[in-house]
Amino acid sequence: MTAFAENRHDQEWLGGVSIGHVKQSDAVDLSHKVILYLEGISVSFDGFKALNNLNLAIDAGELRCIIGPNGAGKTTMMDVITGKTRPDEGRCFFGQTIDLTKLSEAEIAHAGIGRKFQKPTIFENLTVFENVELALKMDKRARKSLFAWLSDEQRDKISDTLKLIHLAEQADRPAGLLSHGQKQWLEIGMLLAQDPKLLLLDEPVAGMTDDETARTGELFKSLAGQHSLVVVEHDMAFIAQLGGKVTVLHEGAVLAEGDLATVQNDERVIEVYLGR
Amino acid sequence: MMRTPLAVRFLQATPKSGWLALAVFAALTFVVLPLLHLAVPPESPLHVSTYVITLAGKIMCYAIVAVAMDLIWGYAGILSLGHGLFFALGGYAFGMYLMRQIGRDGSYQSDLPDFMVFLDWKELPWYWAGSDSFLWALFLVVAVPGLVAFVFGFFAFRSRIKDVYFSIITQALTFAAMLLFFRNETGFGGNNGFTDFKRILGFPITSPEMRVILFALSAALLMATLLIGRYLVVSKFGRVLAAIRDAESRTMFLGYNPLWYKLSIWTFSAILCGLAGALYVPQVGIINPSEMSPANSIEIAIWTAVGGRGTLVGPVIGAALVNLSKSFFTQTFPDYWLFFLGALFVAVTLWLPDGVAGLWKRWRATK
Amino acid sequence: MRHLLIALFCWLSLSAQAAVDPALLRQLASEESDDKIAAIQAIAADASPEALQVLQSLADGTLAAPDGGEIVLNNRIRSVLANALAGLRLFDASAAVRLAAAKELQTGAGLDMAPLLEKALAQESDAKIKALLAAAHAQANLASPDSSARLAAVKALGEFASPSARNLLLPLTKEEGEADVAVRAAAKEALKAAERRLALGEALGSAFTGLSLGSILLLAALGLAITYGVMGVINMAHGELLMIGAYATYAVQSLFRNYLPGFVDAYVLAAIPVAFFAAAAVGILLERTVIRHLYGRPLETLLATWGLSLILIQAARVLFGAQNVELANPAWMSGGVEPMPGLVLPWNRIAIVAFSLFVLLLVWLLMNRTRLGMFVRAVTQNRPMAGCVGVHTAKIDTLAFGLGAGIAGLGGVALSQIANVGPDMGQGYIVDSFMVVVLGGVGQLAGAVWAALGLGVVTKFLEGWAGAVIAKIVVLVFIIVFIQKRPQGLFALKGRFVE
Repeated sequence: MTAFAENRHDQEWLGGVSIGHVKQSDAVDLSHKVILYLEGISVSFDGFKALNNLNLAIDAGELRCIIGPNGAGKTTMMDVITGKTRPDEGRCFFGQTIDLTKLSEAEIAHAGIGRKFQKPTIFENLTVFENVELALKMDKRARKSLFAWLSDEQRDKISDTLKLIHLAEQADRPAGLLSHGQKQWLEIGMLLAQDPKLLLLDEPVAGMTDDETARTGELFKSLAGQHSLVVVEHDMAFIAQLGGKVTVLHEGAVLAEGDLATVQNDERVIEVYLGR
Repeated sequence: MMRTPLAVRFLQATPKSGWLALAVFAALTFVVLPLLHLAVPPESPLHVSTYVITLAGKIMCYAIVAVAMDLIWGYAGILSLGHGLFFALGGYAFGMYLMRQIGRDGSYQSDLPDFMVFLDWKELPWYWAGSDSFLWALFLVVAVPGLVAFVFGFFAFRSRIKDVYFSIITQALTFAAMLLFFRNETGFGGNNGFTDFKRILGFPITSPEMRVILFALSAALLMATLLIGRYLVVSKFGRVLAAIRDAESRTMFLGYNPLWYKLSIWTFSAILCGLAGALYVPQVGIINPSEMSPANSIEIAIWTAVGGRGTLVGPVIGAALVNLSKSFFTQTFPDYWLFFLGALFVAVTLWLPDGVAGLWKRWRATK
Repeated sequence: MRHLLIALFCWLSLSAQAAVDPALLRQLASEESDDKIAAIQAIAADASPEALQVLQSLADGTLAAPDGGEIVLNNRIRSVLANALAGLRLFDASAAVRLAAAKELQTGAGLDMAPLLEKALAQESDAKIKALLAAAHAQANLASPDSSARLAAVKALGEFASPSARNLLLPLTKEEGEADVAVRAAAKEALKAAERRLALGEALGSAFTGLSLGSILLLAALGLAITYGVMGVINMAHGELLMIGAYATYAVQSLFRNYLPGFVDAYVLAAIPVAFFAAAAVGILLERTVIRHLYGRPLETLLATWGLSLILIQAARVLFGAQNVELANPAWMSGGVEPMPGLVLPWNRIAIVAFSLFVLLLVWLLMNRTRLGMFVRAVTQNRPMAGCVGVHTAKIDTLAFGLGAGIAGLGGVALSQIANVGPDMGQGYIVDSFMVVVLGGVGQLAGAVWAALGLGVVTKFLEGWAGAVIAKIVVLVFIIVFIQKRPQGLFALKGRFVE
């Protein structure tokens, strides 16, 4: 709590202008065991309601899967959490105290939320190593970056991450030359190097082979507990492998929630997926 | 934990050939050319003429601007079509000092610059205060372009104006400034600008020694620009810039705030242009608002593009090639210069996106 | 021949003199200027055709004094004479002559004219002439010794928002100018009323000039908005397409002058299709040879099209010379209408506003009512998807670019009627038309329309208030501030596809 108050102060000396630096800290207040609250979130684009009074709570250490047909609002929800889109209404809290609707993207990342995009977005002109280096948890202010040279521990951390995502051999290749699946892995690796409290993963296994998918599933399961994960997926087999709670979104609101079997037998969910 | 000093890291990060080239350049510009100009008699075939020294000094100033442009365009993906403004602001800031150095030697023998007498002004406007001080002039040379760039960049980058939008707004900015400076009431000599300079620090501005000093200073600034540029590029700062260029939103979600990265390199680039402008003005002996015309600014981009974006040497070569061609064409075939320049714009973007430096790399790769 | 003419004139003057009191004619030849003036006024008061003839021949210098000598006129007498003549012409059968005479009397009608004007006012039927006469009458009565007549005159003058009415009223608001308190108060009131009306006229005038400037900007920006919307390409050579349209107009004018001199006034109409197709052809050529190869690289396109603009400018210099070429407005476009005193709307500007509205309507129909328009909109919104459902995106690109260029060409025709036509003319409009696109939002026709007209009107108002340069700077600063607040422009597309 105190640490967070300090951060707010940090921003305000520039007249409320975000200076892009919230100290990465253990300031996330998990006293109620909930890491992410979305309460009554609505977003509309030119009259189209992308999110309609969405309520969602993710527990600390939980691995949550989100499914839903196209246009259900999954990506918009991620945009709201990461600060890319501001909700028209509703509250969005990280832990008990951090109001995400008031922070910039960079500040949210610093608070401890990492995001993997639907389409893998990596820095194609930088090497694989440099991609992970940039993600690494450290002081990310422009001034500091001028004199930031990697320490040996940091190098080790990068090598470890590269091994974990099976890209150690490719470390010095430009990331743009990787295969689609490898790019997905690299993005996941960058997320890990960032060491966030909460990981948002938008279709992480799209374009991966079955083998790669299975390995990804294992990785995610091993991360749960230490980290909280929210996975948006269409691949039901993968969701079954992850085995967490499943939330079904439809037309911008939660349609059903529960374990996979319950959700799959829900009348309304069947209707939404199979059509009327 | 062992930490290697930054300087050593930097030395290691730059190839030997680069250091060697820099040393040769330094020897040429600090020793050989000055000697050939000053010490060798004009009749000797080895004599380097005033024309060559001035032209080379001018081109080095352009080269600094081209490198500054490359730092933001090649490395950070921000295409400015208004860099001529910062160049001109630096030039005007130093030009004010040069105007005051004329003293009472102007046509009206007044303490005021001639154009003010002509406008029937009785005293200097407030912003000319202190313009007779060399140090204050140096401060303005850095501060004015830097401040303009900082304020403009802060608002533009904060509202995430980028790509073509940003380019066009910078063009509008320099256009607006040009109109402002064309006005006599603005107090910078209207469309005639500043000219007829006599002295710097009391020494005659057209003496061979002064020319050589300005020439060597331009060379020194160019080398400093290249060294600092090199450092920025190999530092983590440079990698974050490249990351912002390639996928800005990704860098934000990694916790970087692009605003300060862009703003730093943008302001730095503008300051370099201002310094180059300040060195340029005493060498060519004139500064007027046409330096701020959109056409001038966009030409800077083509120097950088011809030489090769994303390399530091490329822009230097590009600035030299384009400006030498310009001297050649405007003297020999003045009607064809615009055709050539226009064709150059088209050809480079269509067939030579990596410029001359790219060609060289490809040639090395095939060998 | 010459003798015959002189004889004729003599006869005319003699016959005229017959009906006018000979005593007055003798007085005309008097030595004293004051006597002459009194005589002129007395003759004029008669308001007969004969009186007109006498005074006219006096003005022409053909009237001989009864003793055969010459009647000498000085400037003072001449101006009295001119007014008297104008007063007499007020009774002419032709409304046009009466109108001209009434206009002539707007300045310098003295008290002596008042009865004449009153008489004319009573028998005048044309409303416009009547209004002018009332103004002249009020002005004449200002000098009346009768304060109630002055009061009426002052009140009447308040109705006329002409600068001269204002100048006449101004001295009457001061004690030195007017002794009567009631008249002074009325003059103050009337002055206020006149100034309000004048200000209104001026405001409407600059609004209209702004509207016409906005129309040109609109024609320039419509094309840009289409090409930027469809291809994401900012065409820096767009201003040069404007120039091509203007030079095409010039070429058509030259052809008409040489081969169809009888129809010269129609050249502008003939130039419209020529300019459209000339600019469209150049646009398509540019798209096919250069721009097509740069899709997805907007910054490079910026540079390449700048290069193209340099080539086009230099080509124009080589072909037509570096000097501006001379273009004449057709007769039907010169002059203007005057809906209220002090506000003149020139025909050429009216034509431009109407023309751009017409082009706007055509473009709107094309975009919303035709298959091509549907394809263009489809490619604008989602290029890959449009390609998937069978739209030839490459062909649409070329056509859209040709269309945008053609519209710029039309802008060139319009511009040629109010501005100089020279090789550099396009450069002056390029920054402005980009600002329209930036302000209006990408690929939004409605945005472009409001932004263009708004920018035009605001610029002209600021010009009136602070001068052209400051106006331009203020507008640019405003736009820079504006896109702080709305980076997507006035009419933004919102949604998940907007990055």
